Amino acid sequence: MELTIGPIAFFWTAEQVRDFYRMIAAGPAPRVVIGEWVCSKRLPFWQHEIPEAVETLTAAGKDVALSSLTLVTLKRERRQTEELFATGIPVEIADLTALKYLPEGAPFWVGPTINVYNEGTLEWLARKGATRICLPPELPLASVLELAQAGRQAGVAIEVWGHGRAPLAISGRCYHARLHDRAKDSCLFVCGEDPDGRNVETLDGQAFLTVNGVQTLGHAHMTVARQIGDLGDAGVSAIRLSPQIGDFGAVIATYDALAQARISGTTGLSRLATLMPGAVMADGFLDARPGAREAGQAR
Amino acid sequence: MMELVCPAGTPASLRAAVDAGAHTVYCGFADETNARNFPGLNFSRAELAEGVEYAHARGAKVLVAINTFPRAGDQALWHRAVADARGAGVDAVILADLGLIAHAAETHPDLRLHLSVQAAAANPDMINFYAESFGIRRVVLPRVLTVDEITKINREIEVETEVFVFGGLCVMAEGRCSLSSYATGLSPNMNGVCSPASHVAYADVAGHHEARLGGYLIHRTPKGASVPYPTLCKGCFTSGDGKGDSVTGHIFEDPVSLDATELIPALQKAGVTALKIEGRQRSRAYVAQVVRAFRAAVDAAEAGAPMPANLLMKLTEGQAATTGAYAKTWR
Repeated sequence: MELTIGPIAFFWTAEQVRDFYRMIAAGPAPRVVIGEWVCSKRLPFWQHEIPEAVETLTAAGKDVALSSLTLVTLKRERRQTEELFATGIPVEIADLTALKYLPEGAPFWVGPTINVYNEGTLEWLARKGATRICLPPELPLASVLELAQAGRQAGVAIEVWGHGRAPLAISGRCYHARLHDRAKDSCLFVCGEDPDGRNVETLDGQAFLTVNGVQTLGHAHMTVARQIGDLGDAGVSAIRLSPQIGDFGAVIATYDALAQARISGTTGLSRLATLMPGAVMADGFLDARPGAREAGQAR
Repeated sequence: MMELVCPAGTPASLRAAVDAGAHTVYCGFADETNARNFPGLNFSRAELAEGVEYAHARGAKVLVAINTFPRAGDQALWHRAVADARGAGVDAVILADLGLIAHAAETHPDLRLHLSVQAAAANPDMINFYAESFGIRRVVLPRVLTVDEITKINREIEVETEVFVFGGLCVMAEGRCSLSSYATGLSPNMNGVCSPASHVAYADVAGHHEARLGGYLIHRTPKGASVPYPTLCKGCFTSGDGKGDSVTGHIFEDPVSLDATELIPALQKAGVTALKIEGRQRSRAYVAQVVRAFRAAVDAAEAGAPMPANLLMKLTEGQAATTGAYAKTWR
């Protein structure tokens, strides 16, 4: 089982991005997806870091792909999507818009915000050139099993959302701006104030969701700590770790130990609890239960 | 004239919609192949055949929504739904899943394909990709676009566009939302349900009405006031900024529904082919009333007459309506 580092979901400073990818380059994960995944308005603030990060990561022997944007509506965003393919670096598509610009026969990766729910879709994407697919986080293990098998037959590596707040929804509306009584066009980049997203609680104080600009994530951190063995048996080739602030290097080390079965799922969970004080770890989706169900509860 | 596409959750609603002036009705099979998979709703194969006969005899068309994402290992159920819809003589099927669209295009080349709103095709590139790859003839546009954007999209595509004008309002890109399964384990994409009634609980607590979904408190209203249905994205929540300030309110969207009646002339000008009314879960009486009102509005637009205002206020969720993303300030 390998580790893939997903794109940064949040609006980090250029400096945070630079430090993060230097740390990743020195770490054990062999594969990295980089690029603006959520909001095109953020890109000018850190775009210049991407070539250097790609170079650093590639020099360290990592496989690197550029992520497209999850929701493409503006002309500028369409142009940016097209330009990704001109870089010569593999593209991970986050929105099917990218397929319009895919050079004939070029291999590509498929991110977790593309709806790959069944063999038919997987096989169609494989014929189009997909070599790697990260499945949508809400899929239960039964579907993952089927898709891992279909992936093997089609020569597509299958990846599962392994750690981090799951992307649950994308919208034309910016909730960060709305929280500040602003519209998306005059957001003043307030999402940058919350590099780990902004918490949304129920009226009786239960932690529930996380707002990240136009994206909504779960409050709980998904983890496959308990299920990583089942995923490996199913033929899943990698788990995806979604970047967050805090000691992410130690989080990666924990999953590296889990992936090599050096530690048990229970030990992995308790290490994560220590590394992320106050975080709720959840793993309901794979068990076909509510996604927010806490990890460690009875199946 | 713009085509009015109306919901039919049951055979009785189908007849009511056709009788009230619907140009087209859309419906689904009574299983998880469609995004309104509610108990007591939808059509058997025989009912669909009868519905098609009824509608066609009166000059109306029938579309069948097969717009959930087939479950891995169980694709045959969805493939059969497409074949049976074609067998019943429907005018088009409304599909969302890439693999299912590819299957339908290859297996039934004579069947007219519409791209469901669940496919979230929000720009000309994606729409043209579906048109070029699979020959889709119409796209139902996601409710994240402004009228201006719809105008521009229509300039760059050949296929017809259909837009929602009334009923429930998704604030997230449809077909790309797992909020419901995060809280309940059941999602629109996999199960054809959002914020399902099976996971709703109402209670009276300390002088308040509470509505919960999957155990999460979504609405709390003072006793005497009505408590809205706990649709997750229309809930009332609190968000702190981590520095001591917090906001309490409808952080995603108010419990409003969409009413774009006033925008019908603008949508017509934007090149939109068809106007869609949400609500297959609604009663026959509701459907008849909404269809009659919208048919009058479409007729008025065709004649260049002003739109009837607030015609349907009483029918909208929580008594409040919005023009949604069609106005740019919504974002």
